[in-house]
Amino acid sequence: MGGIVSPGFRGRRGVEGGEVRLPPGQYLTEDFPVLTAGPTLRVPTDTWEFVIVTETGEKHRWDWQQLMALPSERPTVDLHCVTKWSKLHTSWQGVSLDVLLEGVDTAADYAMVHSYGGYTTNLPYEDLLHGQAWIAYKFDGEDLTPEHGGPARLLVPHLYLWKSAKWVRGITLTDEDTPGFWESAGYHDYGDPWREQRYQGD
Amino acid sequence: MARAAVPGGLSPRLVWRAARLVEFRDETPSARTLVFDVPDWPGHLPGQHVDVRLTAEDGYSTERSYSIATPADGTRVALTVQLVQDGEVSPYLTQTLSVGDVIELRGPVGGWFVWRPADTAPVLLIGGGSGVVPLMAMIRARRAAGSKALFRLIYSARTPEDRYYADELRTRARDDFGLDVSYVYTRKTPEGWPLPPRRLGVADVNNGGWPPDFQPACFVCGPTGFVEAVADILIALGHDARRVKTERFGPSGT
Amino acid sequence: MELFSDDFTDGNALAGPLREIFAVDMTTATGRCAGCGDEGPVAGMKVYAHAPGLVARCPSCQQVLMRLVRGPSSAWLDLRGTMSLRIPMPAE
Ligand SMILES: Cc1cc2nc3c(=O)[nH]c(=O)nc-3n(C[C@H](O)[C@H](O)[C@H](O)COP(=O)(O)OP(=O)(O)OC[C@H]3O[C@@H](n4cnc5c(N)ncnc54)[C@H](O)[C@@H]3O)c2cc1C
Ligand SMILES: [Zn+2]
Repeated sequence: MGGIVSPGFRGRRGVEGGEVRLPPGQYLTEDFPVLTAGPTLRVPTDTWEFVIVTETGEKHRWDWQQLMALPSERPTVDLHCVTKWSKLHTSWQGVSLDVLLEGVDTAADYAMVHSYGGYTTNLPYEDLLHGQAWIAYKFDGEDLTPEHGGPARLLVPHLYLWKSAKWVRGITLTDEDTPGFWESAGYHDYGDPWREQRYQGD
Repeated sequence: MARAAVPGGLSPRLVWRAARLVEFRDETPSARTLVFDVPDWPGHLPGQHVDVRLTAEDGYSTERSYSIATPADGTRVALTVQLVQDGEVSPYLTQTLSVGDVIELRGPVGGWFVWRPADTAPVLLIGGGSGVVPLMAMIRARRAAGSKALFRLIYSARTPEDRYYADELRTRARDDFGLDVSYVYTRKTPEGWPLPPRRLGVADVNNGGWPPDFQPACFVCGPTGFVEAVADILIALGHDARRVKTERFGPSGT
Repeated sequence: MELFSDDFTDGNALAGPLREIFAVDMTTATGRCAGCGDEGPVAGMKVYAHAPGLVARCPSCQQVLMRLVRGPSSAWLDLRGTMSLRIPMPAE
């Protein structure tokens, strides 16, 4: 798609990548762009719930108080958005999926993440485990704003950011991989930024 | 639309075209009209827009839409761009792009938010901020085509200094028979203005517009919040939703 | 659940991306929402563009009517939220 270069045009991008190593095709950004496939949702915490449903239909439910009562972690991670920006060293607070899945009896291979508002995204079950994924409710020490998916979003920073579903509501564990909102419209089922798995077939 | 006929009856695939800036003019301290020369431009209808693509040296590229400000005029295509301070594209277009520079554009596109000079129904144009751009193309096309359709423009601007095309609109309101122009100021009014600065309301649409029984074609354009509010007013006043066409520019602007 | 944001445009903004795929202007086509049954022009859909693709929603019920993703060598168009599209065709 190489177009005519506009001299002096840089886009909304901060400093040059320079020494930092970024996944292929990514550009560094300093701010935190808001991406959304629909209206921003305001989900009140008093009715908020998070539900894990296993492949046998067993349900595990947490309300906001219960989530807050669980041990939390404060990961600092790099974010890579498929729209080509990367933001480094972002700090979060949330509950590891290892904690939430501890008492869940499953042999599922895949997970479908559901959000308030109807958004979905799929990923392998394994990618939720081993300190790779959190239900995050604080960003930079502050409550996560609705624009960025608050009160709580999934955070799976080793995959492109569309997998880190905003306004997360639940996860369904399944034996088969079914494509989610973007995965059924051309985006990659796995989405590893380091292998530049943007689109199906990448 | 004046599109070159292609064997087999298919119109040509829409392609990115090189557009060279031939002149510019500042409409306000923060808005600039850019006139491009686009070889093989197929012509356009007032209200249509183009997509602009900018590409950085390292290959990063991004696209935005801009309404065409003038009626078809050979290979000339004029846009008026509002500077959005923290924006990605508009600062480049309004502050960096120089005469002789080339950008890419694709169009004309959009067959919905258009006025056809053959239409005889009265027209109500309501624009907020940069939303006046496609409406101005309609006003200019009306005169160029010698149309007798009755036009009314209600233009909401922050301050008198923020009005685009101020001199031209003054002259046209005097000379273009059947064109009325009224203003609403949201931040600061001219000296001696009868009303304090405020948002466009029902009374403004009532006074500056057409009654619903006239069945006017309504075109509403501007920042999304503005268009939402005005469209609601028009429907509440009894205008048929099918005759209210909108063009939302997104969250930025006024 | 409260909704607030004005980060959308009209279906008009789909004109270029769709005209890249189709030979006719699709924004004047009339679509019927598979969710609520409402009918309206593609130009009147609500379009969210700050996303990995373009998402068009029903102005009445917010249902996703269209998803358009443009990759370097393919475009994907998902229309499952749209029951039907009536497309005006230029006379022969
Ligand atoms: C059909 C159509 C016609 C248009 N015609 C005109 C015209 O004639 N004249 C004109 O001036 N404009 C027009 N626009 C608006 C134009 O396309 C741009 O939106 C505008 O110029 C701002 O672009 P930008 O790159 O400068 O700003 P952007 O970088 O797009 O930013 C705009 C605003 O949105 C915010 N923002 C940026 N990224 C995000 C994000 N990811 N999530 C949420 N918010 C974000 C920014 O902070 C800023 O306030 C038109 C738009 C449409 C759809
Ligand atoms: Zn609907």
